[in-house]
Amino acid sequence: MRHTIAVLVENKSGVLARISNLFRRRGYNIESITVGKSEREGIARITLEVDGDELVIEQVTKQLNKLIDVIKVSDITHDEMIERELMLIKVNADASNRSEILQIVDIFRASVVDVSPKALVIEITGDKDKLEAFETLLRPFGIKEIACTGKVAMVRHPKGIK
Amino acid sequence: MRLTGAQIVIEALKQEGVEVIFGIPGGAIIDVYDALYDSGIRHILAHHEQGAAHMADGYARATGRVGVCFATSGPGATNLTTGIANAYMDSIPIVAITGQVATHLIGKDAFQEADTTGITSPITKHNYLVKDVNELARTIKEAFYIARTGRPGPVLIDIPKNVQTAVMDFDYASIEVDIRGYKPSVTGHIRQIKEAARLINEAKKPCILAGGGVITAGASEELFRLATKANIPVATTFMGIGSFPQDHPLSLKSAGMHGNYAANYALMECDLLIAIGCRFSDRTTGRVDKFASKAKKIHIDIDPAEINKNVIVDVPIVGDAKIILRTLIEYVQEKKEEEWINYIMELKNTHPLKYQDGPAIKPQFVIEKICEIAPDNTIIVTEVGQNQMWSALFYTHTKPRHFISSGGLGTMGFGFPASIGAKVGRPDALVVDIAGDGSFMMNIQELATAVENNIPVKVVVINNRALGMVRQWQELFYKGRYSATILKEINFAEIARAFGAMGIRVTEKEELVSALDSAFEYPGPVVVDVVVEQEEKVIPMVPPGAPIDQIIGGN
Repeated sequence: MRHTIAVLVENKSGVLARISNLFRRRGYNIESITVGKSEREGIARITLEVDGDELVIEQVTKQLNKLIDVIKVSDITHDEMIERELMLIKVNADASNRSEILQIVDIFRASVVDVSPKALVIEITGDKDKLEAFETLLRPFGIKEIACTGKVAMVRHPKGIK
Repeated sequence: MRLTGAQIVIEALKQEGVEVIFGIPGGAIIDVYDALYDSGIRHILAHHEQGAAHMADGYARATGRVGVCFATSGPGATNLTTGIANAYMDSIPIVAITGQVATHLIGKDAFQEADTTGITSPITKHNYLVKDVNELARTIKEAFYIARTGRPGPVLIDIPKNVQTAVMDFDYASIEVDIRGYKPSVTGHIRQIKEAARLINEAKKPCILAGGGVITAGASEELFRLATKANIPVATTFMGIGSFPQDHPLSLKSAGMHGNYAANYALMECDLLIAIGCRFSDRTTGRVDKFASKAKKIHIDIDPAEINKNVIVDVPIVGDAKIILRTLIEYVQEKKEEEWINYIMELKNTHPLKYQDGPAIKPQFVIEKICEIAPDNTIIVTEVGQNQMWSALFYTHTKPRHFISSGGLGTMGFGFPASIGAKVGRPDALVVDIAGDGSFMMNIQELATAVENNIPVKVVVINNRALGMVRQWQELFYKGRYSATILKEINFAEIARAFGAMGIRVTEKEELVSALDSAFEYPGPVVVDVVVEQEEKVIPMVPPGAPIDQIIGGN
């Protein structure tokens, strides 16, 4: 099963290497990883998506906790949470089909961030399902490039993961 | 006080109570060595950085204090890595300090540059690259704290050359260590402890498995009180050897691939397993899904990641073994399960260790003689392979920190430098390195270290002219195809003499005792080279991957 794990770490050089090293060394699979700032100075927040059964995930969280620079590890898979990814997608578009694409963009509440005579660049955020559906609909027009962030996630509970 | 980075290193080590450093200087750590020169701290110059790391490790195991080693950048640091990995696998507290090229050269492939923190990150508990002299003193204080607390382990500090020469104010005492990502649990959860006590009180066939964590925690006395209060037989892991006196009636001695029969059988038969400070390594459990499968399991360990890692347990208790056992003992009732204890005694009586003695010198005979002659406080250090397993089996180990061996990594070449470190830390004790000819050759250069510093360690080489353990596997599992395991016969006594140590060669059985006597009495380093039968195997043996009650040489 796929788990979402939120990790608070010291914002120091080498921390990401320690975490990826740990996953490589112990043979855990990272599906996605995002890193960015947190609400606190000096602390970065990492969102990991990891595949594994309960025992593997138990080991993943414990081994992460053993890293000195890791402050807090929360498996939020079973919490009520909001999860988002962002995708930039460059799709073939000319005068003949531009309006058709714009309709799809509208339906998905995505936005066009660049227009040129032969292509559109579209920005979309949402969960994985939404992004996949969007991509599927655009594929017939010819997708030239996709850039995607991994998942970021936040629990709905007012206390958060602290 | 204004000090250079190099002076800060030395002053900080002094304030940590460091009495000895093992190391080798070089260009990128020359400033630290300059500060060391008239500091009053003892330095033992090793002859290979791997030796220095093993010396620090042996010192730490023998004394319970943090061992310290120095090396220069690049090859100095990479040479340390086997020693660091060895300490990591056995949870030994060492602080390794390495020189690094100046900060402006890092990443430029400068002379003797290596990515030391990158290389050592999977084999250290933590490591640091100190880029700012302002961080240096705090880093050293944190490093010692991390190395010795929780589950101990090696910590490496990489210090660029320009940080060693930069100047700053130094006030070590005022630094408070508070690492928000590092708060080891110590006391154990009381409800879990009470649940463990209930299981112990109800068990009909309880058995303790004591690991190296008992020794690390200094919990041997508590282990003894628990075992004797409720009459629980005690098996140990290999790393747990010495945690419980092997001459006690409740001792089953060590278990595992080369474990004692009674220990292995008892672990497979028990209805309650009380595992203390052990990590259920494959060498202890054999086939893991069959291991102690009839038993409920209690697991006491300071490292939460060890719980349910290899073996799923019923009652985990995370914390310091000494503190947890003290509480546990209070809730455990005095009792004696007569039927089980009688069964255990019968197991021990009907399955003693044995070997076929004869006119040639058998390795087991050598170990037994060392055990007879050596005084009570002797520290036995071993290399890795057959010599190690015979030393574990045929010597009667009664005290913690008196059996020192590379358990997890299985590092050939560990024993001799580790024995030097042990002797430096415990000058009162006789220190004997039981070696094999293959292993001894891997760090034989440290004979120079022993001689130069007059460190009177005694090496007994079980010389079978083979990489004996691999040879044994080839004999048993590879149809006797001895691929690359037969060695040239070396006269280690002559080599010892060439280094300036005493060398004694023993080829006849009747010469052995007098050779050992003179070696142990001589006030300097000695190599006793004992030529033994090549074919002798380590028995008992559980084939790799088999359950631990399927024993070659068992019944």
